Formats: sequence, structure tokens, C-alpha cells
Amino acid sequence: MSVDKNTVRRVAKLARIAFPEERLEPMAGELNRLLAWVEQLNEVDTSTVEPMTSVVKMSLKMRDDVVSDGGQAEAVTKNAPLGEDHYFAVPKVVE
Amino acid sequence: MSDLTGLTIAEARDGLRKKAFSARELTDAHIKAIEKARALNAFVTETPELARAGAAESDKRLAAGSARALEGIPLGIKDLFCTKGVLTTAGSHILDGFKPPYESTVTRNLWDAGATMLGKLNMDEFAMGSSNETSYYKPVINPWRRKGSNTPLVPGGSSGGSAASVAARLVLGATGTDTGGSIRQPAAVTGIAGIKPTYGRCSRWGIVAFASSLDQAGPMARTVRDCAIMLKTMASHDPMDSTSVDMPVPDYETAMTGNVKGLRVGIPKEYRIDGMPAEIEALWQKGIEWLKAAGAEIVDVSLPHTKYALPAYYIVAPAEASSNLARYDGVRFGLRVPGKDITSMYENTRAAGFGREVQRRILIGTYVLSAGYYDAYYIKAQKLRTLIARDFDEAYKKCDLLLTPTAPGPAFGIGEKTDDPISMYLNDVFTVTVNLAGLPGISVPAGLNSEGLPLGLQLIGKAFDEATLFRAGEVIEKAAGMTPRPQAWWEV
Amino acid sequence: MNTAFITSRTDTGPLLDGATGKWEVVIGMEVHAQVTSKAKLFSGASAEFGADPNAHVSFVDAAMPGMLPVINRFCVEQAVKTGLGLKATINKRSTFDRKNYFYPDLPAGYQISQYKEPIVGEGVVIVDMPGGKSFTVEIERLHLEQDAGKSLHDQHPDQSYVDLNRSGVALMEIVSRPDLRSSEEAAAYLKKLRAILRYLGTCDGNMDEGSMRADVNVSVRKPGGKLGTRCEIKNVNSMRFVAAAVEYEARRQIDIIEGGGTIHQETRLFDSKKNETRSMRSKEEAHDYRYFPDPDLLPLEFDDAFVGRIKASLPELPDDKKDRFMREYGLSLYDAGVLIAERESAAFFEEVAKGRDAKLAANWVVNELFGRLNKEGLSITQSPVSAAAMGSVVSLISDGTISGKIAKDVFEIVWSEGGDPRAIVETRGLKQVTDTGAIEAAVDKVIAANPQKVEQVKAKPTMMGWFVGQVMQATGGKANPQAVNEILKKKLGI
Repeated sequence: MSVDKNTVRRVAKLARIAFPEERLEPMAGELNRLLAWVEQLNEVDTSTVEPMTSVVKMSLKMRDDVVSDGGQAEAVTKNAPLGEDHYFAVPKVVE
Repeated sequence: MSDLTGLTIAEARDGLRKKAFSARELTDAHIKAIEKARALNAFVTETPELARAGAAESDKRLAAGSARALEGIPLGIKDLFCTKGVLTTAGSHILDGFKPPYESTVTRNLWDAGATMLGKLNMDEFAMGSSNETSYYKPVINPWRRKGSNTPLVPGGSSGGSAASVAARLVLGATGTDTGGSIRQPAAVTGIAGIKPTYGRCSRWGIVAFASSLDQAGPMARTVRDCAIMLKTMASHDPMDSTSVDMPVPDYETAMTGNVKGLRVGIPKEYRIDGMPAEIEALWQKGIEWLKAAGAEIVDVSLPHTKYALPAYYIVAPAEASSNLARYDGVRFGLRVPGKDITSMYENTRAAGFGREVQRRILIGTYVLSAGYYDAYYIKAQKLRTLIARDFDEAYKKCDLLLTPTAPGPAFGIGEKTDDPISMYLNDVFTVTVNLAGLPGISVPAGLNSEGLPLGLQLIGKAFDEATLFRAGEVIEKAAGMTPRPQAWWEV
Repeated sequence: MNTAFITSRTDTGPLLDGATGKWEVVIGMEVHAQVTSKAKLFSGASAEFGADPNAHVSFVDAAMPGMLPVINRFCVEQAVKTGLGLKATINKRSTFDRKNYFYPDLPAGYQISQYKEPIVGEGVVIVDMPGGKSFTVEIERLHLEQDAGKSLHDQHPDQSYVDLNRSGVALMEIVSRPDLRSSEEAAAYLKKLRAILRYLGTCDGNMDEGSMRADVNVSVRKPGGKLGTRCEIKNVNSMRFVAAAVEYEARRQIDIIEGGGTIHQETRLFDSKKNETRSMRSKEEAHDYRYFPDPDLLPLEFDDAFVGRIKASLPELPDDKKDRFMREYGLSLYDAGVLIAERESAAFFEEVAKGRDAKLAANWVVNELFGRLNKEGLSITQSPVSAAAMGSVVSLISDGTISGKIAKDVFEIVWSEGGDPRAIVETRGLKQVTDTGAIEAAVDKVIAANPQKVEQVKAKPTMMGWFVGQVMQATGGKANPQAVNEILKKKLGI
């Protein structure tokens, strides 16, 4: 499975990272080297193996339905680069 | 009183209680050392005022006889831990100005035990690296140098600042995190001890996430005993972390009896890799001899899927990271680079805010999760993980823990490996298996090489058996002899 | 999620007319129902509607660095409860996946949902249509997921404002097979589903507050033909709009195909002002959600005892209540259907019917009370006439104290002024006249005064009504109409 600059463009778009045209080809090369390196995993027959679903052997703990958090709009919005009246502000989105 | 910075945590703890010196004196000595050591670039943010305020509180409690477990002990905190009201950067430009309104559980545990914070330590960006060269805040310099050389060396990574500051006696101990070796490998190349506990032992709440199923916080200090002391406080069950185990934390110190008679130590043959430097092989042999001499039984074991650990890791970790790092978008905190619309804002912010290595890993991670590739890469890697974990289960039928080298070589020069990511990734060849299986692993300082650079040996244990690692680790540490202090060439 | 486009429904519904012949509409729905929990699915912030911006937001909901999810047991229980109400398979082991995409109302850049292994599997909903027909909608699955926040686009010329209060609120996504065949069926299904959820108490179904919304998948085909390409109309928040959206969309697709075009699978929005659907700009690009198991969570597991406890707490469900009403009270399918539509209406009816003539009670509740409530736009819980008062009126009719006509007057008085019906009848002298002697006297008087009409009525018996009216007038409306009829018939010789 080989990656070309169009793939890099598409993946960068999915990841929302701006990639100037001149960096696409070099990154495709880097990704291809990585992918070639991880190709060796196919040497192993995993047809009867389950993927690891949890590292710790325990069941998911559940919490009680009580309101124990929130009520801190100031702290939540304090670090925002832009905001108004405890809203976060972003460039206008058109739906 | 500069010898105060040469103490271990155990010694400092005793000294404070005996009133040989005050917490204030202990803290001031470290603050001075930090001021003189800026050439090492170990700190992103120094917090002397916080440290002094903490010391004052500690002196009160020490006087009142109500000292807590780590009362008055000044520590450094890897900048991956969110510390309330104090700049937290994760070594990245994208978290510019971010002052968390909350404290991570692990650091909260330390403050509740009376420890104080000297500052936030430099690290590879988002914990992605093995040399601390990917930090937005520039590399950390290893306090160790090759005999007769001025070449700046890497301190290992990603917890490079933690390792360097401990080794240079700027802090009594430091917190690190380990996702593929980021505590153990820097500990090995700076001549200190560092342990990655079993996955789930320490809470991940409030630690900037890199790869959720692999990340684990742990202590870094000059001795194995100091690590045991720190881990007792750092570890806890945290109901705010769904992957945190609900098991009591043992008193690790009391388990350090020094007795390893009859302990079965496994030597995994697959760790003898092609092109392994002779000095690493020799070190490993020394480790075997030391343990044998102390009464341990040496057993040959096999971990057949070892060679697949690194490639599996470099699929799983970037995949999880690509999702964990999606929240860094310029909306609610950190850097924002404007754009003509929301999409451009995201793209510009993330392109400017993330460094090259982070971008590379996000792209790889996004790719291996994408439609058509998920089964071939991500699922395949997770299956390898099951096999790697099974390898350990099998080996542990024949032994109680494993002995291996920590890193494939000593500290290398800054800039030496930055051009080839894969060669950089190979620094973690002995450590990643442990994260993939979720087991505990400790790096113990095992002496200096012919160039005068530190080397470390790794012990890998059964799940939640950190106690055995501390016990056996101390035996190696004592046999190797205390690693000398590096010459303070950096002092202004 | 994109379910397999399988439907086992083989009958056809009403067909639409096109230029080239008849068309069948095929509809499936994904309903997002907000769980009636106090706190959110994975955080302890309040799930309550209507707070100040970002006041119900924990650092977890805001996706701050290092934050982690912890699941709310109550939400898990409500999902299981709903599954049981849908007669569905409960999966005692399920997993959570991350659905990755970028949008300002999704702070983490991913939504925690369930993709591969949902908590509830296949189930069924039976929908009654007017006229006694009913059809089955198969439920494909129900899963738990986080809701997103809200963006406001009209507060500022070039900025959108983001409020994360709703971010992280627990949703149950209920996915139906494409078993619906008309806009009426779509609305009826949604109505039934809402009733089930409200009966269970797992969702309040307040579509105008956004606690229940529907994504409607619509496609068209020639009867017996291959399934067409579907379009998804997102976030429709009323049953009326669902029906309107289906109608517009079906027509749009038929027009395109008959005009020689093809339907492109896309996501659309329903514009309720223009009554049409339009394409969503932001969803134009193909989405690759890169689902993978959320590594911050473990598989969700519970045992039979957990499910058993919830099963034991289930209330009587609408279908069972309807069957029981027909069986125990002898009600018609129509009346039973109307009464069970809301749990509160059914309870109201049962209180009225207790120890009384059930059919009479049903008649009064369904026709008089509900008719009046609908006219005034009130719900049963806002009824000025209590169940006790309604029951009292019914008793007064049953024991002959008042006629049905007088009862309507009494009902009106209770509605506007309140009071006890029996007392009202007493004080206003509304008791029905049953004394045959008095009625005979009145009848004799009317007959005596109208000799011509008496002759005419022998030939034209329908004129009896006029006589009845006269006698009722003479008795101030209080004569028992049945007695009046009998006596008149006898005296007029009809």
C-alpha cells in the first residue's frame, strides 16, 4: 500500500493540518518509508487472534447519576483565544 | 549548602525530620542550582515562588510533627502534567499560554503528601520522541558528556527534562510519563532510575494524552529506593479515570528487603538483536552475574514476537494520538492562527502549532485508521499486541521477572539521528514491548561505559508486581555501585 | 450510521403518482432521544436544558487536555429499559467507539458512540394507523452516544458562538429498518416511539426542546423495483415536519428521476419556513469517521441480574395497555388507541372508569374532554376537569340523575367555574325529570296545542323530533328523553 501526494493531501485534510504543496511529496516519502517498515507485521499469522480490547483486566466502572460538575463557565472559557459572554467564538460557520 | 542537592529523597526525608536542615534550605539550594543550570534547558517554567511557599508550609508541619510522606521534598514535574494555574505546554507551541484550571491526579497526590514543585520540565512535544529534540522549547542537554568531549548529547526522551534535572541534581526527583520507553530510556542514558508502572496503576486524569492505552506516569529519581518512595504517593485508584485500577497501593519501600534468593530471572533471547553494541551485551552479562551472585536463578526464555513490537507500536500509538490531538484546534485554549473560515483556522493553527514529528505521527495515525486501511494496520497491530502480551504470560510461567538492557546504546549527539525517524524509533526497541503488554518496567543505573557515559539495565515484571522490580533493581544498583555525579560543566 | 438497506416489509403502502407512473416511497429513521438523566453520559455536568452559556460544562465536556470519560450508570439502565420496551435483544457486552470529525460543537474532535457493538440489538415497534390497520417497524439497534454542543450563527456578523451545554448529554440512537412507506406512517411511527419512551420514562420526548429528533432517510422506487439511492434529512424536530419533509423529498426525488437525472446520496436539512429540504453545505465532503474503540473506556459489561432488575421495573407498555383496555373495558380499538396515547391519559381514564360504566366513561373522555382539551391546546395534566369530577358526571348520567344533554352543560360549568358536579346539579336544579306523570302532562299539553302537527306526524313519523323538542322545551330540558320518546309514541299512536 503506497502513499502519493494526493493521499497526503486527503489525510492532511482529514487531520485539519495545512500542508503547503511543496511538502506533500516529501511527506509521502516519509509515510511510505514508515509503511514499508511496518509491513513486516504481515509475516505473522493472526487469523485466530483477537485484537486487544482492554489492557487492564477489569470491567468498566459506572458512576451515579448526580450533578457533580459544571457551573464554572468562567474557568471553562478562561483560556479561550476569543469569546464573548462565556461563549467560544469562531469564524462564522455556514451550514 | 550545595551538598543538599546531592541527597537522595530518602536521605532528605530523614534529614528534614531530624531537623538537620529546613525545607526552606533544601528548596533554596535547588532553586540556586536551577538558576545556574539554564544551559541544560531542562525547564520550560521555573516556579521558585510556589516551591518556597510549599517549603514554608512544610517547615510548619515538620515543626508540628505532622509531616506527610513527602513533606518538603522539592520535585520537578514533566510539562505533560496539568498543574493548576501554572503554564502547561506539553513541549508544544499549540498550548501557548495554557494555564489549566485543574490539577492532575498524580501531582495532586504529590502535593497532598507535602512535596513541592520547582518547575515544569522540558520534554519531546506531546511526548513523541526519544531524545527531547522535538520540543518547541528547544532540546534539553544531557548533563553527561563523553570523556574529553564537549559535544552536547541528548538526555533521551520524551522525559528528557525530567531525566536531565534529576541527573544534574537540580531536583530531588521528577515525574515522567512512559508510552514506549519515555521514562526508562532517558533514565538509562542519564544514569538515574525510572519506572513505568503497570498500566492503570497511576491515574491518567489531567495528563495530556498521547496514546491512551499505552501512557503511564512514573517517578524518576537517582535511586531505585527513591522511585519506590515516589510511586507509593503517585499511585492511587482514581474514579475519574475509567482505566485506573481499584487495587490498594503497597508500601513499596518495605518490600525492598535486598533478598533475591530463589528469584527466577528470565533472559529473553530475542532481545539479543542484530548489531547490538558489544558494550550493551557486556552490560547485560554483568547484570546476569550480579543477580546470580545474589542468589537469583537465571532462566532462558523466549518472547517470539519481540521484533514486531516496534512496528505495532508505531501503528497503535500514532492512531490513538491522531484522535487525542484533535482537540488542539485553537477554539478553547492555546494557540489560534486566524483563517478565512473555520476549516482554515483549524488547518493554520495545527500546522503552525504542531512540530514536524507530531504532524508526521498524526498523519500516519489518521491514515492507519482510515477507511480501507483500518483492518490491515490498526486491527493487525492490536492483534500483535495480544500475541506480545501472551508471550509474556508464557514466559512468566517459568520466571518471576525479566532482565534486559534498557537502551541499545548510550546517549548520542544532538542532531545525530534527527534525519531518520526509524533510526530514532529504534531507541525504544527494548522498552515498547512493556507498554504494549501493559506491564511494569524499571530502568536501573548500571554503571558508566568506556566513554564515561551511563548505561542502564531494565527489569520487566508481572502486572502489579512493582515491588519485585524495586527489590531486584536495588540489588543491581548496589552491585553496579552508585553512579557518580556528572561534572557540572553547565554551571554559570 | 449507515445501516444495511434491508427491509423485510413486503406489502406496499400508498403509492405516489408521477409522470411515468406510480412510485413507492421507502423511509427509515434514526431517532436521537435524550436520556432523562440528571447528569451527562460521561461527565458529572448537568444535562438540564436552558442554562446560561457554558454553565453546564465540565472540563471533560470541554475536551480540555488530560480529561477522561466515566460512564453514567443511569444512562446505561435507561438504554436497557428502552431496549426491553422495544422487545429487543440486550447485549450484555458492548463497546464504545470514537467517531472522528472536526466541527466547533464537537470539542474533542470526536464523538463517543457505539459503532461495532451496540448495547441493544434488534427489536420491533407496532404502529397503529387510523382505520384499524397496523404495521410493524423493525428496529435494527439502539446505542448510546454523546450529543454535541450548539453553535449560534446569528449573534455576530463574522463569528459563530459555541455553547457546549449540550455537549456530552446522553442520547439513545434508535435505528429503524426502512420499513415505512408514507409520510403518515413516518409520523405515526415517531408518535408511537415517543409514546413508548414517555411510558418508560427514559426520554421525555419534548421535540421542541430538542430532547427527541429524527434523521429521516428517504428514497423512491417503482413498485417491486430495486431500492433507490437515499437522502438523509437531518435533525427534524417535529412530527409535522417529518411528514412534510418526507412529502417534499419524495416529490423532489421523483421529479429528478423522471426528468432523467440521478439521485446522489447526500445529507439535507428541512427548512420549515419554506417547507422544503436543501443540501447541507458542510456535509458535502465524504466523511471518513475512522471509527476505533475508545481507549479511555473498557467494554461495558453487566449481568442478567442487572437486566432483571430493570425488567422488573417496567411499566405496562402502550400495546399491552391497549389490549387490556379492549379486553377489560370492552372498548373499541379506536377509543383504546386514543386513551393509551399518553400514559397520563390512560391513567386519567382508568380513574374515571373505576366502578363505573367504562364505555360511557371512554365516550366522555375521548370525545368531550379530549375534544375540548385539544381545542384549547391543553394537555391532560392541565385539564381543569379532574378525573374525579369527570367520574362524577359519568355517574350522574348512569344513575339517571341527568340526561346526556344536561351533562354537557354540567361539564361546561365544571370546566369554566370548577365545582362538584353533584352539587352543581342540586343547586341549579338540573335534575332530570323522570316522573312519568309530569312528562305525560307535558306531552298532553303539546299534543293539545298542536292538532295539525299531530295529524301530520302520523303520516310523517320523522316529525317526532319536533314533538320531542317541544316537550323538552316545556320541561326546561330536564325531561328524560327516553321516557319522552316512549310516551309520545304511545300517545301519538306511532
